Amino acid sequence: MASASIPAYSSNALENSSTKNASRESLKMEPLSDMPLLPGEERVIDKDIIYICPFSGAVKGKVVITNYRLYFRSVEAEPVVTFDVPLGTISRVEKMGGASSRGENSYGLDITCKDMRNLRFALKQEGHSRRDIFDILFRHAFPLSHGLQLFAFLSQEKFEENGWNVYNPMQEFRRQGLPNDSWRITFLNENYELCDTYPALLAVPFKASDEDLRKVATFRSRGRIPVLSWIHPEKQAVITRCSQPLVGMSGKRNRDDERYLDLIREANGGTSKLTIFDARPNVNAVANKATGGGYEGEDYQNAELVFLDIHNIHVMRESLKKLKDIVYPHVEEAHWLSSLESTHWLEHVKLVLAGAIQVADKVSSGQSVLVHCSDGWDRTAQLTSLSMLMLDSFYRTLHGFQVLLQKEWLGFGHKFGSRIGHGDKNHADADRSPIFLQFIDCVWQMTKQFPTAFEFNDRLLLTVLDHLYSCRFGTFLYNCESARDANEVKTKTVSLWSLVNSDRSSYINPFYTMESSRVLYPVASMRHLELWVGYYIRWNPRIRHQSPVEQRYRELLALKDQYLKKLEELQLSGSAPRLSNSTAPSPASPTQRVTHMHTPF
Amino acid sequence: MLSLGSGGGKPVKPSFVSYVTPEEIKSTERETSRKEKHPDLLPGEVVFCSTNPVLKYTQDDVSQRGIFGTLVCTNFRIAFVSDEAPSEEQAQLFKNKLYGENDIPLTCVDHIYGGYDEKKKLITGGLVRNKYPSKIIIHCKDLRVFQFSLTYAKEEEAKKIFQGIIHHSLEPKSLKCIFAFSYCEKATATPEIHRTPRTVMFDTVEDWTQEMKRTKGNCKVVSANENFSLSQKLPQFFIMPTAVLDEDMTKFEGKGLPIWCWSHHSGCALFKTASLPLMQEDGYSQAYKIYMERMLNAVAQTHLYSVKTEELSDTLPTIQDIQQSYSRFKQFFLIDNTTEFWLSDMKWFSSLENSGWLDIIRQCLQKAVEVVECLEKENTNVLIMEEAGSDLCCVISSLVQLMLDPYCRTLAGFQSLVQKEWVAGGHSFLDRCNHVHQKDKEQFQSPVFLLFLECVWQLLQQHGPAFQFSETYLTVLSDSVHVPVFGTFLFNSPYHRATVMKNDSPQTQRGPLNCPEVWDWSLQFERKAQDLFTNPLYAEKPKQDKGARRTYRPKHQRQLSLPSSAFKTPPKKGFFKEETDSLKKMLRVKRISRWLHSPDSAQASTREFYEAWQRKPLDYHSLILPCLDGPAMRVWMQRYLRWIHEVQIFGGGAITVMSKLADLVGEVQELRRELERQACRADSNHQRAAASHRSSVRLSSSFPFATSRVWSFKPAIPTSLLQSLMITGGLADQDDEDGETLGVV
Repeated sequence: MASASIPAYSSNALENSSTKNASRESLKMEPLSDMPLLPGEERVIDKDIIYICPFSGAVKGKVVITNYRLYFRSVEAEPVVTFDVPLGTISRVEKMGGASSRGENSYGLDITCKDMRNLRFALKQEGHSRRDIFDILFRHAFPLSHGLQLFAFLSQEKFEENGWNVYNPMQEFRRQGLPNDSWRITFLNENYELCDTYPALLAVPFKASDEDLRKVATFRSRGRIPVLSWIHPEKQAVITRCSQPLVGMSGKRNRDDERYLDLIREANGGTSKLTIFDARPNVNAVANKATGGGYEGEDYQNAELVFLDIHNIHVMRESLKKLKDIVYPHVEEAHWLSSLESTHWLEHVKLVLAGAIQVADKVSSGQSVLVHCSDGWDRTAQLTSLSMLMLDSFYRTLHGFQVLLQKEWLGFGHKFGSRIGHGDKNHADADRSPIFLQFIDCVWQMTKQFPTAFEFNDRLLLTVLDHLYSCRFGTFLYNCESARDANEVKTKTVSLWSLVNSDRSSYINPFYTMESSRVLYPVASMRHLELWVGYYIRWNPRIRHQSPVEQRYRELLALKDQYLKKLEELQLSGSAPRLSNSTAPSPASPTQRVTHMHTPF
Repeated sequence: MLSLGSGGGKPVKPSFVSYVTPEEIKSTERETSRKEKHPDLLPGEVVFCSTNPVLKYTQDDVSQRGIFGTLVCTNFRIAFVSDEAPSEEQAQLFKNKLYGENDIPLTCVDHIYGGYDEKKKLITGGLVRNKYPSKIIIHCKDLRVFQFSLTYAKEEEAKKIFQGIIHHSLEPKSLKCIFAFSYCEKATATPEIHRTPRTVMFDTVEDWTQEMKRTKGNCKVVSANENFSLSQKLPQFFIMPTAVLDEDMTKFEGKGLPIWCWSHHSGCALFKTASLPLMQEDGYSQAYKIYMERMLNAVAQTHLYSVKTEELSDTLPTIQDIQQSYSRFKQFFLIDNTTEFWLSDMKWFSSLENSGWLDIIRQCLQKAVEVVECLEKENTNVLIMEEAGSDLCCVISSLVQLMLDPYCRTLAGFQSLVQKEWVAGGHSFLDRCNHVHQKDKEQFQSPVFLLFLECVWQLLQQHGPAFQFSETYLTVLSDSVHVPVFGTFLFNSPYHRATVMKNDSPQTQRGPLNCPEVWDWSLQFERKAQDLFTNPLYAEKPKQDKGARRTYRPKHQRQLSLPSSAFKTPPKKGFFKEETDSLKKMLRVKRISRWLHSPDSAQASTREFYEAWQRKPLDYHSLILPCLDGPAMRVWMQRYLRWIHEVQIFGGGAITVMSKLADLVGEVQELRRELERQACRADSNHQRAAASHRSSVRLSSSFPFATSRVWSFKPAIPTSLLQSLMITGGLADQDDEDGETLGVV
């Protein structure tokens, strides 16, 4: 264990930094009375505890558990160690050691978090001192398993902006130029009757009747029929998405489905082929026939099928688990690169990106595509949203990115509730998988490769991931729009975008250069992919997280403003004396100016 | 390059083929007489042979297209001159004035392969008796790969050029045949004029005296080797501890003499030496031991009677290890075709690890940090040694200075450092580079200097704002080692240089020959291109630092590094000295110690040292330390990936940000000048020069090197994806929805 290092934890809730700076002297009165509390947040328990920091050893302190977070502050260590963890981040709480365990700090709690860290606390062994804290933590970390509400429904937070207004499906369709001659908007799913995991508004081929859609729905897994996600503004080529066809072992055909796909192809002024990207590896697609699924066979004329070889949610979950093993708490030293390779995490990222590149390439060359996997809410969402990021610069803006997430991920029913396991104690649930994290990683790789092409910065991505788990906002709760509607998420909770859009400047990339209609093709080669250290290894104090480039740029901008201002002043003051005495400017100003010239840049 | 077809007027000339396989060119056309084009020759450059037409394959496409032109071999380079007239838009910002993008300086040739149908054979020199290859593949030391087809030229000519290229770029030759000697005889401009005035050459007493003054060292400058009578390895002038007796200097041809490198502000200093063979069981060993003890004493007396010694060869890789590792490493970047590229992409990380190159870099940095710790934290003198004292000693001593001394991180400071530690320090550039292909010297070939630049690059990418020079500068410097025009990298020692130059110059009337130095960048690049050598992240130290964290110092003096340890030593040493004098004997015995730590404990200690440093607020004008954790060690992307088409990020890469930054720096500078003008002349018109903006988004990650004239709208799509992931076990076969049956079956 590294000795003598004090972890400077970057707080999970970055936006609270101002409140946290409040005086630390008031400790004696009430334990941690100055700790930040959100409106609606309530303290439940506090306790003396020892935090077993993997970097600097045992730290004595106090812990407070509220209905939103676990907050720790050291009492003796200098500098003060503090951190807070939203309870939603916790995936597992375990007791460590027993009442009779020997050894220092062997009795306590072991907390596994969803955000690549673990926390260990030690308590006094006398008098079952951990029983109450364990029970409370367990209840509040997993409220849904205990008949409690998620904090998002208890929060009283108010923001200037209302994030629920960020995305208006109709407006987004109009932005894309829809409806048009070939595509119409249907309200068929207004009450989620056609497909309960789809959004209410759908864009479909103009020539397809509502009746056609109903027929197609019977042949697509969970009724997730092919609908439009994006249309190329000039070439009219489209990205459509759906779930797998229900071909089954017998290789069933469905003429309606075949005809419908041909309508999609035709909608784009007669390109000869529709490319179907099946995100799965070929063998998996075949295997799916056994459970009634499958892929589009020979019967689909005018269509070509491409498998993208992206693995399923279980493979991704295991891969991330392996990654955590080599980065937390300590970064694997002896064989870092081969260990990294053996996690396959970056290789999966490469495959997802490579798939999205192929989709984007097809579309920008004028051909329509259809993307699906099994259900069309994991890999499909990754592929469509990434290719849309490549194709459409709107989605690379701070606002556009929010629209993209709302539309492709939340709207089309990526099962956030199940994949993250919000408020659920079943940490080993096979439904959990870091698909969305993987997507954000892909976005981060793109921002790394194109540092001027995105209006938002790393901090936005980190914030999105933090609140993916925190349950402070309603945005990522539940599995689909119909469930969010049923639970009145929009009226009873706050949107994450309220937080973001009330503090836009914090999330802006200063290097952003607006360039509409430019297609970005990242390089999906291992040579360029790198581990997102700022996320996966952010709890390690040895890793510096700072961007000198960004800081320098801001400094220079400030300097430029300062000079411009000075110059302006000079122009104003300079015009008067010039008339009287042009060679000798007023004696006071030059010296004053000279001192400013020493400002470094 | 892809301008289609030939110029309007000229008939039947297959000057360029696009999308047409070379076979489609009718042989009759080939027979028509053609004019060979030759490159603009440099002074002293002589054409040996040339052939036309030769097809140069373009790398950046799967379909093997190419350009026809003339292949020329001169005493300087292998040049390919396209039959096409160079179009205007090809005017590159970053054009090397000595050689073009299709030229390979002879000393830059790494390996040549012959292409026989589908097979590729390494050509090792000598006469190729059997069959001439139809294709010649040249791997360059700057990592470019060229492929030329010889099947279109007359057989005789093809043979001639092939043999010529092999002979001149692979066969042993005498040093005098290196182009630099012909060049400097004929070149009109005297290099002295062009030399950047600020680079200290360390070839005069004054340079050394000045350097000691700058670092406030308390050692003595020695001129006894002015005629190389003392040692042929040491420079004419050097610095040693004052306590070394004159009679001791002449003992072992300079071996064992502690040569001063740099003084820490606390008074302790870093020394290096060529070690004496202490372990040998012969009559000398006792004498060596006694001698070394005296030397150590002399070093110890420099400051506080303390010294630590480190035999670098005990813990660092040998020059052979370095060579082998680099040979493996560079193969990943010498890519012949796309298929090969994507195949190698699959096992990229483990291949990288297996090459061991990053690990060697890490070990060097680690060792340098250990030395820094001794100087900075413990304020002990350090003597590093190694057999010749001019390989890893150069690497480590230079790195230590880069970390501790912000002056070394300026452009002039860095160039002076290279002069001091490497050129004057007697690094055997000729043997390590083996410019003259001597078979018996092959075992000594090793990219030690490149290893140093790699370490510098790691520091640069971790602490960008601390360096005045850019990544591009380092890349160009690493290339320049293989450009046989500069004297800097041609010799094994200052003595070697002096003798070669003296012997070679009798016929000229101009006195001894003098090759230009690499530091004369105007020989290679225009002023504008040289702008890319400066790092826009670098912020000069504010000249007046009023934050009274440290004692005020005049601006020309070096900045203190870590204040905490600096305060341990009182500014006046007199008092301290007296006290220690009484303890002299005891201290001497106690403190003269080898490092007995196992490497592990040394690492633990440096880890602690690093963490203590990391907790302090970062000051780029003070000590910088590298993070050596796995994720922090990177591949020098610009140098290694710049020619590989598949990994070019069009419109992207870190350069897009850097150029925006550079633009802004330019703007701010312009504004400041304007302000200064206005301050002086109040009547000047307010005219802000419109900063010329480079459009950052149109750059590619390979900028400023491989310029892609074809703006690629096609993404590179990885091939062989399927094989890449062998996920075994049940998980992969499971369906996404565990345990759930599909809704409608």
